[in-house]
Amino acid sequence: MVHPHLERSRLQSLQPALIFRSRVLSALRTWFDGAGFIEVETPVRLPIPATELHIDAEPAGSGFLRTSPELHMKRLLAAGYDKLFQIGPCFRKGEWGRLHHPEYTMLEWYRANADYLDILQDTERLLTHVCQSVCPSRLPPPPWPRLTVEELYGTHAGWNPVTDYEAERFEHDLVALIEPVLPRDTPVFVMDYPAAAAALSRRKPGRACVAERFELYINGVEITNAFSELTDPVEQRRRFEQCARDRAAMGAPTYPLDEAFLAALELGMPPAGGIALGIDRLVMVLLGATSLDEVIAFREKM
Amino acid sequence: MADYTASDFRKGLRVELDGVPYLISEFNFVKPGKGAAIYTCRLKSLIDGGTFVRAFRSNDVLKKPDLEERTMRYSHNETDHYIFMDENYEQFTLVADVLGNNRFFLYDDCEVRVLYHNGRPVDVTLPTFIEKEIIDTDPGARGNTATNVLKPAKINGGFEIQVPLFVNQGDIIKIDTRTGEYADRVLKK
Repeated sequence: MVHPHLERSRLQSLQPALIFRSRVLSALRTWFDGAGFIEVETPVRLPIPATELHIDAEPAGSGFLRTSPELHMKRLLAAGYDKLFQIGPCFRKGEWGRLHHPEYTMLEWYRANADYLDILQDTERLLTHVCQSVCPSRLPPPPWPRLTVEELYGTHAGWNPVTDYEAERFEHDLVALIEPVLPRDTPVFVMDYPAAAAALSRRKPGRACVAERFELYINGVEITNAFSELTDPVEQRRRFEQCARDRAAMGAPTYPLDEAFLAALELGMPPAGGIALGIDRLVMVLLGATSLDEVIAFREKM
Repeated sequence: MADYTASDFRKGLRVELDGVPYLISEFNFVKPGKGAAIYTCRLKSLIDGGTFVRAFRSNDVLKKPDLEERTMRYSHNETDHYIFMDENYEQFTLVADVLGNNRFFLYDDCEVRVLYHNGRPVDVTLPTFIEKEIIDTDPGARGNTATNVLKPAKINGGFEIQVPLFVNQGDIIKIDTRTGEYADRVLKK
């Protein structure tokens, strides 16, 4: 246990960051309210977590803690809710580092009858609003640069992961060659990922090897992940099954398919764009901090 | 000997790669864009101190190096062979290559820590600060005592070190053995 005096002094020194964090949350909600979104709450404890190749869910009782509210939010979308957002805790087992914490706060929002470019514009407007409200002149005005994965890898890694995908090489080069050279003076969108690297994303019409997916980087830190959502139930089921096979092959735990979600897709879901944004990281980069230690009050190790 | 998988990596861990023992001097866990976990480590060679950054994946394995540290005292040298003695008066010989510039900083009965890898001595740590007499240096220019201006000076054994202009022949100086650089003047002649 940390000495109580040290712990108290640590918490006291965090106060400006936590006040800032609170103001960021408030500014986010103000923008969504003005843009006609409703705030929703979906279960934190789930019978079945979303299947993602490299994300492990934390078991909780007879179920799991959510790794993302995505599938429940899409069920609301499918039922006709057209603009919705949620801010709440998500959990990922075993992720701990300067930029990772196993329990973190996620913002997700979705728009019906929209795609990832609409979400991209939302992102620019939302973050500009937040900065104007709470941190004068931190981000340059939009539009922010859009760099495609093909351009970035062509220039800095010398190959094209979109046409010839290799998972390990893609991820290694992202960390070693791409992220270090992303602009630091402006937020930047990395766009159009290999379809193989986006389990819940729609393919680009006319170019099936490209997923309509973007990530926003601020100061070299990945802040968001967004898709034109996959709404085709057959393709979605196929991808979940493939993902489960890949996880089994890696020796990772596998989860049953979320039949309630697939049933909602089968009944019909409008085209939609959606995004997940890490609140802790956003607060961190807006403060100019370099570790989540500076923006999370308690990082409990278990 | 037990191995380490990437999920065991942490700052300060000693590992072996391609037969060379390294210290993990920086460590970070990253999971980029929905990809697999990547553990980026700065590895510092325990043999020559050189560092580089390497990214590992969760199923990568590194050997646990066979390392042993022994404390001993400097006795004397016979040309390029330096003789040390442990507390049981057992003698150990280290060659000049293993000592590097540290060989110029040894003094009688100086306590050192010797790191052995697979039974072979690979590194020697001296006390952080040692004192040496300046045996030769040009006199500093009169009136110029700015401490950021340096000149070469020789210590016993002929090793050359950069010292401030106010240091003269016969002065005793303190040297930081981690960097091999001048730290302070302890006695003015």
